[in-house]
Amino acid sequence: MRPVLRFLGDDLVARIVAEARAVLREVGVEIHNPGVLALLADHGAHVEAATRRAFLPDALIDAALRTAPHAFSLWDAPGRTAHELAGYNVHFTPGSAAIRVLDHGASASRAPLTSDVVAYTKVVAQLGNIAFQSTAIVPGDVHRNIADSYRLFLALLHGEKPVVTGAFTVDAFAVMRDLQIAVRGSAEALRAKPLTIFSCCPTAPLKWSDVTSQNVVDCARAGIPVEYVSMPLTGFVSPVTVVGALVEHTAETLSGVVISQLACPGAPALWGGSPASFDIRYETTPMGATETMLIDCGANEIGKSLGLPTQAYMGLSDAKLLDAQAGLETASGALLAALSGINSVSGPGMLDFESSFSLEKLVLDNEICGLALRAARGIEPREDFPAVPRFQELLREKHLLIADHTRKHLKAEHYFPGPTIDRANRSRWAAEGSRTLGERAHAEVERLLAAWRPPALAGEVRAELVRLMRAEAQRFGMDALPDEGR
Amino acid sequence: MPPLTDLADAVIRGDHPQAGALTREAIRLAIEPKTILDDGLIAGMTVVGDRFRVHEIFLPDVLLAAKAMYAGMDELRPLLIRDGVPSLGKIVIGSVKGDLHDIGKNLVGIMLKGAGFDVIDLGHDVAPEAMVRTAKEQGAAVIGMSALLTTTMPVMGEVVSRLKAEGMGGTVRTVVGGAPVSEAFAREIGADAYAFDAGNAVDVVKTLVGRR
Repeated sequence: MRPVLRFLGDDLVARIVAEARAVLREVGVEIHNPGVLALLADHGAHVEAATRRAFLPDALIDAALRTAPHAFSLWDAPGRTAHELAGYNVHFTPGSAAIRVLDHGASASRAPLTSDVVAYTKVVAQLGNIAFQSTAIVPGDVHRNIADSYRLFLALLHGEKPVVTGAFTVDAFAVMRDLQIAVRGSAEALRAKPLTIFSCCPTAPLKWSDVTSQNVVDCARAGIPVEYVSMPLTGFVSPVTVVGALVEHTAETLSGVVISQLACPGAPALWGGSPASFDIRYETTPMGATETMLIDCGANEIGKSLGLPTQAYMGLSDAKLLDAQAGLETASGALLAALSGINSVSGPGMLDFESSFSLEKLVLDNEICGLALRAARGIEPREDFPAVPRFQELLREKHLLIADHTRKHLKAEHYFPGPTIDRANRSRWAAEGSRTLGERAHAEVERLLAAWRPPALAGEVRAELVRLMRAEAQRFGMDALPDEGR
Repeated sequence: MPPLTDLADAVIRGDHPQAGALTREAIRLAIEPKTILDDGLIAGMTVVGDRFRVHEIFLPDVLLAAKAMYAGMDELRPLLIRDGVPSLGKIVIGSVKGDLHDIGKNLVGIMLKGAGFDVIDLGHDVAPEAMVRTAKEQGAAVIGMSALLTTTMPVMGEVVSRLKAEGMGGTVRTVVGGAPVSEAFAREIGADAYAFDAGNAVDVVKTLVGRR
């Protein structure tokens, strides 16, 4: 059976949701976008113009929850493979968005370049346990106003997996939508087969910026799924307790659901988040903290109770290097996320409070995700009963290495990680160079970069992507793009 | 030579009925038995060994391939004997006296046979004198010893000493393996080689008999 991890239980979930509704009703949510405030007012919310607060009645929330889809599928660029975000299906995607990259062997991270984004895209394309690519790295060698759209451009040019992304400005949404339409062929085709998920982040506590609330509306109207990324920080901009943070998370995320469903009933979205336990000693937001993961898992439980597919930032680390802390925090998060059945888990590859990306960590994390996914499949009998004939066979043959039962179930029952994970005996490990984890991961990165083959992108699609991106770059004074795919 | 390519493929796939049938077919076509062995059966097993080494295939695949190779060898053996074709070499293997663990040693035997060696498996709890005597009587090129216990490891040294005492140190080579055994231990007792797993044992034995 598939194990399902629960931390809250039905009664506590119901109480948290009820309290969050009370917060939305009585405290309200601050929205720095006149259009969104007007949309809410038109549908029965009380809006206080001076404070830009909207107070959401239960009826509005109930109506939004009735139309919010319980499942949706994300499709790869060729439109062949669908990933259903529903139930307890788990998909891993690299964390985003790093403003630094950590090179193999380096002790300090550096600003990323286009070449880093391209190398990342090539590696993630080939990782079997990472379902979606994300625009994980923000390149520093293009104008900052196109850094968001240019990341998506590179992802679509060099990769085929669905993309978890987001717009940094209201204006960028248009070209980011058009890039997707170029791949699908039409706006209708994109709506039918969503290619990306846009992260849209409220600001704790209980606030939506002009950009992010507009992104929610724009995505809903274009049929582009969003993930609401609420970020309560315990004891700082949310109550210090896990339950208190969950009340805030629920209120902020429910407000996102309302905005999205008012903009377009039936708009697909993930009940997501990137909450954190605030470390009062260092003034940091550790993603590897146990309490951070508890809030994530609790939020997932609440999202599921409301019937919505879920997302969380888990399976990442605050370590600065690919060290033991990186492994332990990533593995803890990935395992908890997989056992909780979080539908989209953003984290692999990420270090240093979601700010630094390592390709070597990404290939290690791919293995961690494989182990976590295996754990989530749980234990089930595979022609194990009756047991007596198998043991008679074992005693007769002296081993079961080539038994029919072994051959039939070996690969389904056991996950065999790639060469990044060392399972050789000491002598073989020594004979193969006594390589450290970092060295094995780096060799795997090099192997994947050499093995990469470009996606079969039609010539006219490629040309349209380049045309759109060049035009966007020219708006900000850039006449040439660092990479156009050839 | 297509029939032998097909035979090698049958071995690689672990298809033992097909490997037997294609060996018979090759014999019927009057292909030299030695050529059938080298370019069909052993060629297939060489590919299997290479793929196993880089984790493209797993142990069960190797054992199935070995089973296919044996099916071919069953057809070929009388002809090889008739033609006086020597095997790659005779290898005596066993878990040393006091040690009842033989899973690893069995794997080594299967892999060596798969690679084309004649394997004389003395089982477990094998006394040093039995190993040396068998090697002498059978004209073995190599003695392979396995131990899982630190307490039985010294027996390996006794075998090496006994071989030397009987003047066979230069003709019968020794290879040791098992969980507690190491390269350093092999050197310490004067063994010719150490193998860290069954796949490695094949490479090591090939080197010892000058086939690699």
